[in-house]
Amino acid sequence: MSKVLVFIEQRNGIIKKASFEAARVAADIAGKTGSEVEAVCIGDEVESLEKAGNFSVPAVTHIKNKDFANYSSSAYASALAEHAQGASATVVVFANTSMAKEFSPLVAANLDAGLAMDATAYQVDSTSFIVTRPVYAGKALIDVKITSPVKVLTLRPNVFNPGEPSDLKAAVTVKEVTNADLRSKVIETKKAEGKLDVAEADKIVSGGRGLKGPEHFTLIEELAEELGAAVGASRAVVDAGWRSHSEQVGQTGKTVSPNLYIAVAISGAIQHLAGMRSSKYIVAINKDKDAPIFQVADYGIVGDAFEIVPELIKEIKKIK
Amino acid sequence: MKIVVCVSHVPDTATRINVSGDGKNIDSTGVTYIVNPYDEFAIEEALKHKEKSGGETYVVSLGGDANKETIKKALAMGIDNGILLKDDSYRDSLSVAKALAAEIKSIGADLVFFGKQSVDYDSSAVGQLTAELLGMPLISVVVDLSVEGSKVTAEREIEGGKEVIETTLPCVITTQKGLNEPRYASLKGIMAAKKKIIEEKPALAVANYVELLQMKRPPAKEAGKIVGTDVSAVPELVRLLREEAKVI
Ligand SMILES: Cc1cc2nc3c(=O)[nH]c(=O)nc-3n(C[C@H](O)[C@H](O)[C@H](O)COP(=O)(O)OP(=O)(O)OC[C@H]3O[C@@H](n4cnc5c(N)ncnc54)[C@H](O)[C@@H]3O)c2cc1C
Ligand SMILES: Nc1ncnc2c1ncn2[C@@H]1O[C@H](COP(=O)(O)O)[C@@H](O)[C@H]1O
Repeated sequence: MSKVLVFIEQRNGIIKKASFEAARVAADIAGKTGSEVEAVCIGDEVESLEKAGNFSVPAVTHIKNKDFANYSSSAYASALAEHAQGASATVVVFANTSMAKEFSPLVAANLDAGLAMDATAYQVDSTSFIVTRPVYAGKALIDVKITSPVKVLTLRPNVFNPGEPSDLKAAVTVKEVTNADLRSKVIETKKAEGKLDVAEADKIVSGGRGLKGPEHFTLIEELAEELGAAVGASRAVVDAGWRSHSEQVGQTGKTVSPNLYIAVAISGAIQHLAGMRSSKYIVAINKDKDAPIFQVADYGIVGDAFEIVPELIKEIKKIK
Repeated sequence: MKIVVCVSHVPDTATRINVSGDGKNIDSTGVTYIVNPYDEFAIEEALKHKEKSGGETYVVSLGGDANKETIKKALAMGIDNGILLKDDSYRDSLSVAKALAAEIKSIGADLVFFGKQSVDYDSSAVGQLTAELLGMPLISVVVDLSVEGSKVTAEREIEGGKEVIETTLPCVITTQKGLNEPRYASLKGIMAAKKKIIEEKPALAVANYVELLQMKRPPAKEAGKIVGTDVSAVPELVRLLREEAKVI
């Protein structure tokens, strides 16, 4: 029986949420193509791998080596490709995180597999494998058909609903590997202290040039804090040096699709919209009623951010 | 030392996208094409590396005749040699990578630069695929790079921070904004580029594994609601977010 593999990503032994979204999709694809599904995790000590079972994947292989504790593109790619070959996998699914964006194409090249990155929908059965993905920064979508015997697919995080976890526990098999391919390795990780990253956040509050100066971002930070949201920024404020590039949302920043995106004093230039228009709910606060951001917003307030945002913080505090 | 930069030729990011008549591409009427923005960081890094350690630089682009514009821009910035791998047809990422890898191998490159992503198909895959086909280690989305002898140290962006990676030459790097400030082509550079010959050859023919069925517009968003025009709208906004959208 052919096999669908899903890569379970861990950092510091902890599994990423997006991996469970991918697990559910992999199980669904396996069901639709009459295949078995198996999760594969690469790491040293990893917590709660049996949880893959909660998301319809009954078996997990933990490829283990002390050198796998930290990510290495060369080591992870060769370990996964070798496992996929051994298991005669026909599909390998990843969540499109920064780790998978780097090494899933290495796996694809190694397996001579057709690949579709950052999928937002799929339509598969035993005869055809069609994937939808955004192009031109989300200004258009394409449907592509992968025709090679082996297929590699990455999924945009936050798009596929992992659903309610069941009680099912997966059977975990540990596969010790002796020689890791450490041609490239991570020697240090620099965490931006205590900050939520826009690429992973479930809610984002972004500020634009209308805030008039970096000091006024305290308003954005405070609102974000109240909501448990990450702080984002338009390119105009990043270019002005008010905020770091890691916070930039848009075509040359990050593509995000949180449940809630609040744009404060951002005009909504096409390159900004490109990065955030697939958010589930968009709120715009802008004093110009004709600002293009209102065209994509679910809810808008036309008004002065310096008045609206403090009031919004107050109201949200009230309901907590 | 041979340094190769791979560049793609893409529509300007301000382009409004309309789907063409065959439903498989964008309508290119009135569209301005540019050097893929991320590839400018790759070109700049190659030039910086040559200035520091010497070597010969190559720019390679796969596509139609129009890609010569992008190659010329790289030459005007200071790249020594231009190569066009000709193919006007649709190619998937792996088939692009196979053709690039074949060319890079025949050049005998020690250091290969890509942008992190083309802003047309947004795959963010060709650099990584090519690295694997070449059997070279890869570091992607690089914002800081140092090459000392054959030792390579790079910082790459990840969620919530950066990771520092070590590897050795030969290797493949994909570049992200923040790595450097791409230079403008000088008048002298532009004049010199006019004299440089762009070598043209057919791109290695390989099968596509990914077929493009159709391009479509994203589903239009329903017109949103203007909740109000001053602070008095805030309680209603909070109610909507809580009860209708259920996001707070
Ligand atoms: C190649 C390229 C790539 C790009 N990539 C990106 C990208 O990734 N991300 C990105 O964001 N941009 C990008 N841009 C830039 C983009 O075109 C815009 O210039 C930028 O998004 C504008 O930022 P802004 O909305 O903060 O500023 P502005 O356009 O100046 O808008 C400020 C807004 O604030 C409003 N305002 C002013 N005062 C107040 C107030 N007191 N209260 C409420 N509202 C107020 C104004 O009405 C206005 O709408 C790119 C451009 C190019 C050419
Ligand atoms: N047709 C091409 N010719 C040369 N280089 C390319 C081509 N397509 C993509 N690249 C390179 O690969 C990078 C990533 O592209 P992509 O995987 O298409 O997002 C780009 O930034 C370029 O450096």
